[in-house]
Amino acid sequence: MSQQQDLRAANKRVVRKILLIVVGMFAFGYVALPQLYNLICDSFGLNGQAEQVSKAAAGEVKVDKSRTVTVAFSSIVNSRLPWGFEPQVKEIQLHPGELKKVNYIARNLSGSDVVGQAIYSVTPVEAARYFKKTECFCYTQQTLKSGESKDMPVLFMLEPDLPENIKTVTLSYTFFRADKYAKSN
Amino acid sequence: MSETMTHDTHHDEHPSGIKRWLFTTNHKDIGTLYLWFSFIMFMLGGAMALVIRAELFQPGMQIVDPNFFNMMTTLHGLIMVFGAIMPAFVGLANWQVPLMIGAPDMALPRMNNWSFWILPFAATMLVAPMFMGDNFMSGQGPAFGWTFYAPLSGQYDKLAFFVFAVHLLGFSSIMGSINIIATILNMRAPGMTLMKMPMFVWTWLITAFLLIAVMPVLAGAVTMLLTDKYFGTSFFDAAGGGDPVLFQHVFWFFGHPEVYIMILPAFGIISEIIPTFARKKLFGYASMVYAVASIAFLSFIVWAHHMFTVGMPVAGELYFMYATVMIAVPTAVKVFNWATTMWRGSMTFETPMLWAVGTVFLFTIGGFTGLMLGVAPADFQYHDTYFVVAHFHYVLVSGALFGIIAGVMYWLPKWTGNMYNEGLGKLHFWLTMIGMNLTFFPMHFTGLAGMPRRYSDYPLQFAEFNQISTIGAFIFGFSQLIMLYLIIKCIKGGEKATDEVWEGSHGLEWTLPSPAPYHSFDTAPEIK
Repeated sequence: MSQQQDLRAANKRVVRKILLIVVGMFAFGYVALPQLYNLICDSFGLNGQAEQVSKAAAGEVKVDKSRTVTVAFSSIVNSRLPWGFEPQVKEIQLHPGELKKVNYIARNLSGSDVVGQAIYSVTPVEAARYFKKTECFCYTQQTLKSGESKDMPVLFMLEPDLPENIKTVTLSYTFFRADKYAKSN
Repeated sequence: MSETMTHDTHHDEHPSGIKRWLFTTNHKDIGTLYLWFSFIMFMLGGAMALVIRAELFQPGMQIVDPNFFNMMTTLHGLIMVFGAIMPAFVGLANWQVPLMIGAPDMALPRMNNWSFWILPFAATMLVAPMFMGDNFMSGQGPAFGWTFYAPLSGQYDKLAFFVFAVHLLGFSSIMGSINIIATILNMRAPGMTLMKMPMFVWTWLITAFLLIAVMPVLAGAVTMLLTDKYFGTSFFDAAGGGDPVLFQHVFWFFGHPEVYIMILPAFGIISEIIPTFARKKLFGYASMVYAVASIAFLSFIVWAHHMFTVGMPVAGELYFMYATVMIAVPTAVKVFNWATTMWRGSMTFETPMLWAVGTVFLFTIGGFTGLMLGVAPADFQYHDTYFVVAHFHYVLVSGALFGIIAGVMYWLPKWTGNMYNEGLGKLHFWLTMIGMNLTFFPMHFTGLAGMPRRYSDYPLQFAEFNQISTIGAFIFGFSQLIMLYLIIKCIKGGEKATDEVWEGSHGLEWTLPSPAPYHSFDTAPEIK
């Protein structure tokens, strides 16, 4: 009899241990992996994420007049967002360290109010960590009333220690519909 | 010992008819259920593959709508992976693990019943939306590819069906794995140390741990899709701050160990069969165990080789490339050990041996194309082409499926008590071999020439190779009916099998009478 009970107890122990692993791995997948992913992307400057800096900090950077870099602007509108969205200029020339402002123009083409969220990326990816913005319409959700159009400014600079081989940097925005995630602000 | 065991094994008067199968807790019954279920799914997934191949016989749209075609590719993949290959391995484990380690049954028989009976419901839920359109062609089955990448899968109207089907499949696999681990760890016959276990048992122990580790991650991935769609989270939706690339990382963190889940038990089966028909001991038993363990470990750190083109940094590509190519080392250890086992053996080529040698040969081709795909700069050329399709069918059809068929042929006389018809077995093998290679070998060429996968149409230049593939697929598909006939014939009767069945057989299962009695090893055997 006792052998049977031993076996049962042993089986229960195995089940308990494995269920712990199962719960742990589910939590790892559902909770930890997304956090870890963002952490790794942020800390290695992957994903074309550019950092936000204060205007004061940006003013202190020395301008490197010895070279000129081209910054190109691109815009994409997700098919579910009934907006027009374009940069005012296709590209500009600037010196590293110089603070520049460009406008994108967005226009709501639909008959109702729509909330949008812009997501940016910087290519080449190596340039992302040298791309600093002091102000951007992408940091908050944007609401456009029916038919409304709006200038959307972005203030940015390239840090002077941008690698020499990078001559052109592209800043790209994709505008998504974000009614689902609308915050009341 | 026998006194203490009688209490628990005293219910010989099991119910008959449908109730026997619904309520059974007997490992042999449940193994049989698993195997028949996976055979039905194999036929269903195979029929879908034939729809795909029929449509691709010529360029242009002939037979089905593009949406229906996409449903076929999606469901073919899902059904073959989760409905055919995985349940077949669990079925083999149910039948064989207790017999091979001298245990009277699985450790948790009631849970065993449950883990099987969840499966038909999961499969139904997966396929049901196909029949929810206005007509058959406009069905609403999943049509986003078996890898269900976000954000595409997030736009699927019947996403909840898909997500809960995957959840159920996960529950089933996890319960099955718990059972297998508990059985192997706690119920081995006295004297059977871990390093005396048959290779099939070893590979399944490691596979079960892989399942325990990654099925919950898959459940996490589909749950993210579910909450993104219905509960306002934004794991994968850029508008809410998420990232679609995250999906690929989570999916392949599950997906890569998954491909080893589908091959390791086949390695185990091959390692049982080749020594039997070469009439030699398995060469390098310990190195086989360590090789399987290393493959299992490496499977967790190579996932991003499925997504080289996603735009990751060069350092990431280099790391995943080297880690991937490293898997070739333990895999080669296994292949060389099988070859060395055959070396100077007194080999005979009964059907199970034909399947086993066929598996080693063709799986190795799939392994080589895997190396090609693992090289990051080259992968940009091959990515999402038919070359990838050729690669994973060489490892999953002629690796996993051939391994399963080899195992079924090998143990069938033990299960039924009758020998199968050797002529039919050989005919089935050779037709399948020819059909399989005709189907998939040309895909290497179309893939290298740039034909992308998952499209219902293609440019004229690929027509000839696609026609060869289609002809091969129909030969391959219909020759599986020979196997069905062979198995039914063998169950109904035939030449009586001896207890050893094979001249060179080795291991505990061959010490039992043929057919194996409903209750076996009530008294544990002694291992010297």
